[in-house]
Amino acid sequence: MSEWWTYTLSDLLMFSARTYYRLFELHNLAIWPGQLIVAAAGLAILVCAARAGATAARIASGLLAACWLWVAWAFLAQRYAQVNWAADYFAVGFAIQAVLLLWYGVVRGQLSLTPIRSRIDRAGFGLLLFAVACYPLLALASGRAWRQMEIFGMAPDPTAIATLGLLLLVARPRRTLLLMLGLIPLLWCAISGATLWTLQAADAWVLPLLSMLALVLLVARASTQNGTGLRTRA
Amino acid sequence: MQPAPSLRRRQLLHSMLAAGATCWLPVTNSVAAGRQQSALLTRPIPSSGEALPVIGLGSWITFNVGDDRTARAECAEVMRAFFAAGGRLIDSSPMYGSAQAVIGAGLHKLGRPAQLFSADKVWIGSGARGPEQIEASRRLWGIPKFDLLQVHNLLAWQDHLPTLFEMKKTGRLRYVGITTSEGRRHADIEKIMASQPIDFVQVTYNILDREVEQRILPLARERRIAVIANRPFRQGTLIDAVARHRLPSWATEIDCTSWAQVLLKFIASHPGVTCAIPATSRVAHVRENMQAAFGRLPDAALRRRMIDDVEKLGLI
Repeated sequence: MSEWWTYTLSDLLMFSARTYYRLFELHNLAIWPGQLIVAAAGLAILVCAARAGATAARIASGLLAACWLWVAWAFLAQRYAQVNWAADYFAVGFAIQAVLLLWYGVVRGQLSLTPIRSRIDRAGFGLLLFAVACYPLLALASGRAWRQMEIFGMAPDPTAIATLGLLLLVARPRRTLLLMLGLIPLLWCAISGATLWTLQAADAWVLPLLSMLALVLLVARASTQNGTGLRTRA
Repeated sequence: MQPAPSLRRRQLLHSMLAAGATCWLPVTNSVAAGRQQSALLTRPIPSSGEALPVIGLGSWITFNVGDDRTARAECAEVMRAFFAAGGRLIDSSPMYGSAQAVIGAGLHKLGRPAQLFSADKVWIGSGARGPEQIEASRRLWGIPKFDLLQVHNLLAWQDHLPTLFEMKKTGRLRYVGITTSEGRRHADIEKIMASQPIDFVQVTYNILDREVEQRILPLARERRIAVIANRPFRQGTLIDAVARHRLPSWATEIDCTSWAQVLLKFIASHPGVTCAIPATSRVAHVRENMQAAFGRLPDAALRRRMIDDVEKLGLI
């Protein structure tokens, strides 16, 4: 693209807000009752986060990896790619994230979840809980139809936020590991946030706000080698 | 007032053909039907003399609806209303997501209206892969050949233009063009207009974005190149902004009942412009837009007043 610096976000927008949210509506209708399966997966991840430990981390990582892979194929490649030619690249990114979660979280077992004690732990659990339980309600709060809800494990935004929340619960995290596992979710939040902003979505501020919060907390967590920074009690 | 563009015998014939071809299309809007009985404003394509209605139909964003059957049906109805009002030129691009496929489905549903003037683009960095992309686009439209193919945003124009000229020479294409938007690469556009035998140039032109008036529109007239004006409503933001204000009293002098028609007639009244291509996904809007292809156009004095009045609204 020549003179790329002259392009604004709106120049790159290919679809209307109506078309974008219809994607979720049609997706939700197409895979029903698959929502029940991802809801169970979300609940299981929350339970894992609450229980903490290495085994819980393996299970949560595996479930999250499955969600990233499902979103990559079913939503990004099959549906979003119909209206956005860049969606195929997004799908590849989501598939890579799934592989990273599988490799480091399940196969290598390099993740262990910390008991929820510090502010960062609580914030991480809060993000995870928000992504799984509250994110779908944003559609209703923004005046959209309930059929257009973005559901964790099916839609990319809550899946990315849930992953960032879980990463904040990793005990004694290595910086490189956090960077590897947090990069794609953060990039997605930036891309999707810009898209929503350009679409003038009422809830366009939510994703950037949550991802910025997660980024700051991930940096704080990584800067405390033993993962105990900002603890309110020993 | 400036008289309507002259209706020469050939243009009149084309207009009659266009109107005749739409007879089988159900016209549900009495205003549109009434308008069709008056003269449809057309402009000749300088390189051939073929008449084109001054209002076409764009597809950027509005027709990119994927496989949403409801939205596709709405797009087909937009096309039906467009043809019923005498419209001909529909513009798209491989860059517009599913828009080409949606147009193709709409054309199929409408029985492939004879008056269609198909305008598409080639948009790929590799010159060697241009023909492959063009063929894929043609299949999506479901037509035997394109009327007009344009090099989108001048991407690899040195490679694509020879391909398009060869297609035209061998009868697989009727017209060749180039496009840009939002004032980008105007120096290159001018260079190509001056050196290449293109039939069309597509640029951004509206009542607030008038840079092309300085050099490109005069050059187009000099080189006998047709001009398609894109982004007539600044992707909707212009129409949204002016809609908050009362329609000026002079609007009735040019037979306008809405801001959309005012903005379109401003574009269509420039003698260097062949047609404007507003995009919409709503039938009511396409009918409203097409009414700008009927009635009186503003003369130079009123055009100046239109600019002054719109600029006073503080929208820039």
